[in-house]
Amino acid sequence: MSPGSPSTALPSTPPEPSAELARTRATELFGWGRTAPTGADLRRPTSAIELRRALPDANPRGLLARGLGRSYGDAAQNSGGRVIETIDVASFTVHEAIEGADHVLVTADAGASIDRLLHSLVPQGLFVPVTPGTRYVTVGGAIAADIHGKNHHRKGSWCDHVESLRLQLADGSVVDIGPNSDPELYWATAGGMGLTGVILDATFRCPRIGSSRLLVDTDRAPDLDTVVELMATGDADYDYSVAWIDLMATGASMGRSVLTRGRFATAEEVGASSSADPFDYRAGVIASAPPFVPGGLLNKLTVRAFNELWFRKSPKLRRDELQTIPTFFHPLDMVGGWNRIYGPGGFLQWQFVIPFGTEATLRRIIEELSAAGCTSFLAVLKAFGPSNESPLSFPAPGWTLALDIPTGVSGLATLLDRLDDMVVEAGGRIYLAKDSRVRAELVPQMYPRLDEWRAIRERVDPQRRINSDLARRLSL
Amino acid sequence: MRDALGAVQSVLVLGGNSDIALAIVDRLVEGRTRKVVLAVRRPESAQSTIDRLTAAGVAAEAIAFDALRTEEHSRILGDAFAKAGDFDLVISAFGMLADQDALDADPLYAVTVINANFTGAVTSGLIAADLLRKQGHGTLMMITSIAAVRGRADNFLYGATKAGQDLFSQGLGDSLVGSGVRVVVVRPGFVHTKMTEGLKPAPFATTVDKIADDVIAGFSKGRETIFAPSILRYVFALLIHAPRIIWRRLGG
Repeated sequence: MSPGSPSTALPSTPPEPSAELARTRATELFGWGRTAPTGADLRRPTSAIELRRALPDANPRGLLARGLGRSYGDAAQNSGGRVIETIDVASFTVHEAIEGADHVLVTADAGASIDRLLHSLVPQGLFVPVTPGTRYVTVGGAIAADIHGKNHHRKGSWCDHVESLRLQLADGSVVDIGPNSDPELYWATAGGMGLTGVILDATFRCPRIGSSRLLVDTDRAPDLDTVVELMATGDADYDYSVAWIDLMATGASMGRSVLTRGRFATAEEVGASSSADPFDYRAGVIASAPPFVPGGLLNKLTVRAFNELWFRKSPKLRRDELQTIPTFFHPLDMVGGWNRIYGPGGFLQWQFVIPFGTEATLRRIIEELSAAGCTSFLAVLKAFGPSNESPLSFPAPGWTLALDIPTGVSGLATLLDRLDDMVVEAGGRIYLAKDSRVRAELVPQMYPRLDEWRAIRERVDPQRRINSDLARRLSL
Repeated sequence: MRDALGAVQSVLVLGGNSDIALAIVDRLVEGRTRKVVLAVRRPESAQSTIDRLTAAGVAAEAIAFDALRTEEHSRILGDAFAKAGDFDLVISAFGMLADQDALDADPLYAVTVINANFTGAVTSGLIAADLLRKQGHGTLMMITSIAAVRGRADNFLYGATKAGQDLFSQGLGDSLVGSGVRVVVVRPGFVHTKMTEGLKPAPFATTVDKIADDVIAGFSKGRETIFAPSILRYVFALLIHAPRIIWRRLGG
């Protein structure tokens, strides 16, 4: 379209030559919440060499690496630019054991998933340093979002366990970085949402485990104060801790929760109840959500009933129950594509952390959510431990709450805007890997070291050849 | 970028003095919208709107755009995108009513109406769609009319141009599936605006504010066709099948 071209020469045909179009696979991508799809030139390299070639010839809207697409919002989208799915380059090596060490080093391609790792590691008596509520995340995504799990209060987040990683920068060069080698760039990459470069592979410490079972204690808490008290006083005794909280309960039972905490059992502890291999690991998908689900299946009535049932079936108090890894860590993974049950409108997740000492704000937020009757399935409450050196990493000492909400809930936008303000006022923040709607102007307040991170991004990618819709939406 | 709840951050309005479009913009800036470009025939005519938006903390600007000068559309839209960066929403809101007396006096007057309402909407629509496709996201909102659904004795030329624009927009939207770009067709009913001043109101006549509320509601939900007021969707689901003799009597 040249300026002043006659009206007969309007773009009735696409401007690119057809050869270029044939090579390009234009696809709409969205996040786990299935909202706000955007178009991109999607590539799925099958070799490390091919993966490294994807960056140099990307168009001016740049390139972004994408793993298994478990970010809820637009973190793994790059509208109008290129997106490379890394999941076919997914090999990994378990290094030789170091005498006397409680861990073993593993080097994995960015596209390797925790699912694949566990199938190999657990039978060898090893586990991943950190796992979120799903095992369908890649090593690259784990670093980019600096993911956390039930052991954050003791072990920190994923990037606290990385020795080194290889990063392809915007200029095509590859650098080897880690906490001891260009720590500035390493910590900007940790939680950097994939915006400092393309993570190629990483070496991280995987802890030894005594068996593939967990010894789990369950406490049913009738209200918010009880669960907060239980966690504040007892979490230190457990490696893993998380509470499932019923946000639809109101009145005296507001904030009622089921707290499950545990640690890996030793082979002897498993031996008492099971004749099988102590490192037996089977994890699969036992059901799939149907390909199309009409909207409105999850309404106040059905969700309230589900939450009620779930709360009642949980034991009031149980000690030393043996559970498998999938049951304890990844219960939702048993249903494939469960994100479809929210219907065509999709859903979002809202997750924040606010410091210890601001429990009054936690209570007010839960009150507001209960009062709004948000059709939210069980939400997750956890007490975080110390944060790390990353300027954009989410976890910080305090209370984190995560909840899923269908987008169709009326008044949701203004409700969440109000709650965001309460989070900021309390000195907290929301999790970028989950975000799909926060106000851009709040991000510098939530992440006071944002400018520090921007300076490092400017250093390694002044032309913004690595970009994402999240970065555009939030003006990162 | 459009967010998960349908809020947009930047808007380009073609026909930026349209009462309906401005009422939509007013609602958008209450949400996430912080950048507004109004494309109008005479930029100085939009100055009061620009001042109002700027005072509200919005980066607002008026640029010169004439629906009839189709040869300029490519340059004007290209420049607007190049200067402002991405647009999450482009609203095509320009148009003129056909003055029946002028048409009776000179059939060639129809050419002007057709060029303004149809040709101009097509050229600027194609160009906007192409720019949106390149950025991989965005919505093109085409404001057509309920008059596009059935012809009426007192405004058949206007209705015909709007019908053309409506059908064009539907097909354009379907051609963009998979690109990240959406085309939304908005069909307002009779609205009391400066364009309809002095005309006899049709049934279900309504205000600009009501129209804008219904447009925002439909847009946030991701509707592809928005009737405003929304009741017209159901009214016209029936009226479309009414025999012409009945339609004529209803239409007056």
